[in-house]
Amino acid sequence: MSAVGAGRLAWARSRHVLPGFRLSLGFTLFYLTSIVLIPLLALVLRPVALGLDGLWDAISTPRVLAALRLSFGMALAAAAIDSLFGSVIAWVLVRYRFPGKGFVDAVIDLPFALPTAVAGIALSTLYAPNGWIGGLLAEHGIRVAYTPWGVLVAMVFISLPFTVRTVQPVLSELGHEVEEAAATLGATRLQTIGRVVLPMLMPAILTGMAMAFARAAGEYGSIIFLAGNIPAVSEIAPLLIVVKLEQFDYAGASAIGVVMLAASFAMLLALNGLQAWAAKRR
Amino acid sequence: MKHKRPTDDPVWLKVLLAALAVGFIAVLLILPLALVFKEAFADGTAAFFAAIKEPDTLAAVKLSLVAAGIAVPLNTAFGIAAAWAIAKYDFPAKTVLVSLIDLPFSVSPVVSGLIYVLVFGMQGWLGPWLADHDIHILFALPGIVLATIFVTFPFVARELVPLMVDQGRDEEEAAATLGATGFQTFLRVTLPNIKWGLLYGVLLCNARALGEFGAVSVVSGHIRGQTNTMPLHVQLLYDNYDYAGAFAVAALLAMLALLTLALKTLLEWRYADALAANHRH
Repeated sequence: MSAVGAGRLAWARSRHVLPGFRLSLGFTLFYLTSIVLIPLLALVLRPVALGLDGLWDAISTPRVLAALRLSFGMALAAAAIDSLFGSVIAWVLVRYRFPGKGFVDAVIDLPFALPTAVAGIALSTLYAPNGWIGGLLAEHGIRVAYTPWGVLVAMVFISLPFTVRTVQPVLSELGHEVEEAAATLGATRLQTIGRVVLPMLMPAILTGMAMAFARAAGEYGSIIFLAGNIPAVSEIAPLLIVVKLEQFDYAGASAIGVVMLAASFAMLLALNGLQAWAAKRR
Repeated sequence: MKHKRPTDDPVWLKVLLAALAVGFIAVLLILPLALVFKEAFADGTAAFFAAIKEPDTLAAVKLSLVAAGIAVPLNTAFGIAAAWAIAKYDFPAKTVLVSLIDLPFSVSPVVSGLIYVLVFGMQGWLGPWLADHDIHILFALPGIVLATIFVTFPFVARELVPLMVDQGRDEEEAAATLGATGFQTFLRVTLPNIKWGLLYGVLLCNARALGEFGAVSVVSGHIRGQTNTMPLHVQLLYDNYDYAGAFAVAALLAMLALLTLALKTLLEWRYADALAANHRH
């Protein structure tokens, strides 16, 4: 081994002091490769077998396009709604004191902890025309269950924690000084929030929104019970993958899978960009 | 008399925003949870326990426990190994490794199941060979375990990596210099430092392992009493209009979720200093 440069030297030295480098890194790489990377490669390499034309043929059917549009469109709407309410919830939790605050704070993570199938049947029963909320809405002629709005409700439910949990710590660290400065300089409370606080929170809000979008677009369990799953109307892309697999249409299923995976990677890149932007602004 | 600061929101705004936040959480989160328990115990506790004691339900509970019982220890071992390697040594492309470990969180659950179908299915890479040798991975326990491992892959590692990077390597190097073996160093020096963070990661890993639906649904085959985990059994009962049964199993899973939340909150309050910085309140 030719030790060139300080980095290499440090590496060699620390390997000497603490045992277990080969074992721990070896196991890590083996496990990561066999469980995650090779199976993912089976999907990533699928377009190579299909060819780009084959991939496009599989995706460009009206049913698949409708499912992709529904999944990504509703995910965007859900992420926007969650960002708005998530920011308000984070503001209230950080800045105000009220009884039961600890409970409210803990319950935010419920969508992470509650299995999606449980959320699915609960939401479905709740928003059905004879359910607690569905009944109230039905009186006003609004239907949520078994329509595309059901997709939206389930996505808003599942993605809320991301938007709260990304804004909350940034807001805690923000402190009151800048706002006091703005107030001293004659800004009204609304001006202070709009021109000082909100811009400082923006990277966190956008990060939360991107995470919420990614989770909602890929979500399956909580949606399928509530959405009714009518092809080209309320059928989400992950469900269409399952439908195509049940028909042994591997090519069709993997074509949608490739699009979903590409979207995930794009979101990861966007998130990394956001982090870099946020770090630069500090 | 309390002094009013210029950064205090007006009272009407405070009341409005707090009511908005609490109302949103009550309707969106609390109501579905309350409904699960109301439906599960609608016919009394005796009916609840009768529904749980159905042989197929018990088989689903057992399968979920077995799958989590394999997946969680494996991911825990992986999380410790990965965190040890990343925190205690310098090597090239470390940030790439950290990003790759988090990758399964960005993948849709259904896609997570799909990739194993593409590897082990009849039209997949290994399917024909496995069929020739009568090895069952898909629609059997190994497939369910693999899908569970994939979706819970990063939980322990992402908790331990930042924690152990923060703690540095001085204590371990001192122990090693004084003649401790690697295993002794880990057991007596590292483990006491990371135990609460480790527990936190295992807790979240376990909750997701028992509750995973999408990924497991793709690889399970839905054979009643054999390859149905608890969440899949909820769907099967619900689709067969057995609402009492579906909500009984759902309530069981919801209790588990509440227990997880309670323990998680307790860890965040009581041992905040011993958790990764992003969980400190």
